[in-house]
Amino acid sequence: MLNLQSLSEIQAEFAEALRNPAAAIPAGIVGPDGGPAPKRFSIYRNNVLVALGNSLAGAFPAVKRIVGEDFFKVMARTYVLESPPTSPVLMDYGKTFPAFIARFEPASSLPYLADVARIERQWRESYHAADAVPLPSTALAEVPEAELADVTFRLHPSLRLSKSSFPAVTIWRMNASDVPTSAVDFAIGEDALIVRPDAEVEVRVVPPGGTAFVEALASGESLGSAAALGQSSDERFDLGGNIAGLIGAGAFVEIRRGLEQVPQ
Amino acid sequence: MSQQSTMPLQSTKPDAIPARVGVGLKPEHYDAILTERPDVGWFEVHAENYMGAGGPPHRYLTAIREQYPLSLHGVGLSIGAARPLDRDHLKRLKALNERYQPGLFSEHLAWSTHDSVFFSDLLPLPYDEESVRRVADHVDEVQDTVGRRMLLENPSTYVAFAESTIGEIEFLTEVATRTGCGLLLDVNNVHVSCTNQRWNAIDYLDRFPMQHVGEIHMAGYAPSKDDHGDPLLIDAHDRPADPVVVELYDHALSRCGPIPTLVEWDNDVPDWPTLFAEARRVESVLTRARRDEDAELAVAV
Ligand SMILES: [Fe+2]
Repeated sequence: MLNLQSLSEIQAEFAEALRNPAAAIPAGIVGPDGGPAPKRFSIYRNNVLVALGNSLAGAFPAVKRIVGEDFFKVMARTYVLESPPTSPVLMDYGKTFPAFIARFEPASSLPYLADVARIERQWRESYHAADAVPLPSTALAEVPEAELADVTFRLHPSLRLSKSSFPAVTIWRMNASDVPTSAVDFAIGEDALIVRPDAEVEVRVVPPGGTAFVEALASGESLGSAAALGQSSDERFDLGGNIAGLIGAGAFVEIRRGLEQVPQ
Repeated sequence: MSQQSTMPLQSTKPDAIPARVGVGLKPEHYDAILTERPDVGWFEVHAENYMGAGGPPHRYLTAIREQYPLSLHGVGLSIGAARPLDRDHLKRLKALNERYQPGLFSEHLAWSTHDSVFFSDLLPLPYDEESVRRVADHVDEVQDTVGRRMLLENPSTYVAFAESTIGEIEFLTEVATRTGCGLLLDVNNVHVSCTNQRWNAIDYLDRFPMQHVGEIHMAGYAPSKDDHGDPLLIDAHDRPADPVVVELYDHALSRCGPIPTLVEWDNDVPDWPTLFAEARRVESVLTRARRDEDAELAVAV
């Protein structure tokens, strides 16, 4: 047989047939008898969907538990065909899965589902983030009171925030572990603070105003101006409670006082 | 986890992989391995699972690497692609090799990426002069960049290409000869591909260039049917190696002598005692082959 197609052309056709279930199977793909072999080719189509679907199922176990295995499989396959990974490092795959869920029509009866997915995505990022040793609980006490408003922080590399107008943390927790199911007040929104101070990823509900406060600290604002932003985002904002909560969570790895840095 | 396991690795040179049975390392078994210190020759990991910046995977792998020789097995480099290799991914592989100093480093004769889409499957390629040249160039690039010899694994395939002009063994032999790379002989892949392509597996093993083989893989397959209702085997890695594959393994060892052998079990991962028992079963075949070789040497002396 004449070799008319280049390797690049063969792979382009093969890839197109994998990505598009309606596309024709490339003519050069044959069985051992030299004849067409659509069933054989479909093994590759299936392998791709199963491998990438399993990768999503591993990364979003609570979402899978909420919607059930069959629904998850359909939702994951739709996403895989629409947004296949662009890197062989699959721990990074699924960054846009929460946003996809938010507009996935069959899941619209579960409006909190995308927020649970956001927590799981941030959980995974936190799990694989760089390691760092958190500041001890005494670190802030060493800063003279007059300088407190001007200090800035370096946050833990594993720290992530996830916002929700639903009780997403409670729903996530009930489906991520075997904590007993209890009545959930859907009127309460829960933002999540996710951080891995050592080996374990920990997920906490952020107190009122805390998300704006932590976002400001993360972008390098001083403690004073971050507190003002927390206060203006929610009048119930409690500075002392937020700082104690963040230190307890291991959220800080460094305090910076003016030009001089205080090693922990 | 103990505190010391978060420390950087002490050893600076790779521990050679012994001619024993190793096991594919799964997160489910981290704790059992660290507490029981099972008598396993070595462990192998999929490189892509250790490409995060930090976190528990690196801590566990560091702790296990301190106790056992390690083999690094890439599953996403797409060496068989017509397009250029992903330079970022090559850099990640180089960094992992430097960090963990594995005794062996391997990848597949397959492609998995096209137009930046990663398919997460080991896709087949036609065997002809163009693809030999492409794969050999890529193997050269890998070995130059990572700074060490790699092993290239024979694939499981389900289809053939009308464009192919040479056989799989000729292809692998040619790449090994041109690049100096070694080969990873996956005996389950031999059985799967030979069944699916209607080749003879014994003949395949008899013609395989054993002088290049640095590692063997053993795994389980799932039976299925092709377009005509005839047997078609799927490389599933979800069960113990089939008795037929164990026989082929025995035959391969009779040709190449004792070689580091990996038990791969990646799906429906069993508990540690079950996986360890599978490793012992394969090790008994390897031990017998080693005794036979020792006996032959004794006779020769
Ligand atoms: Fe293999």
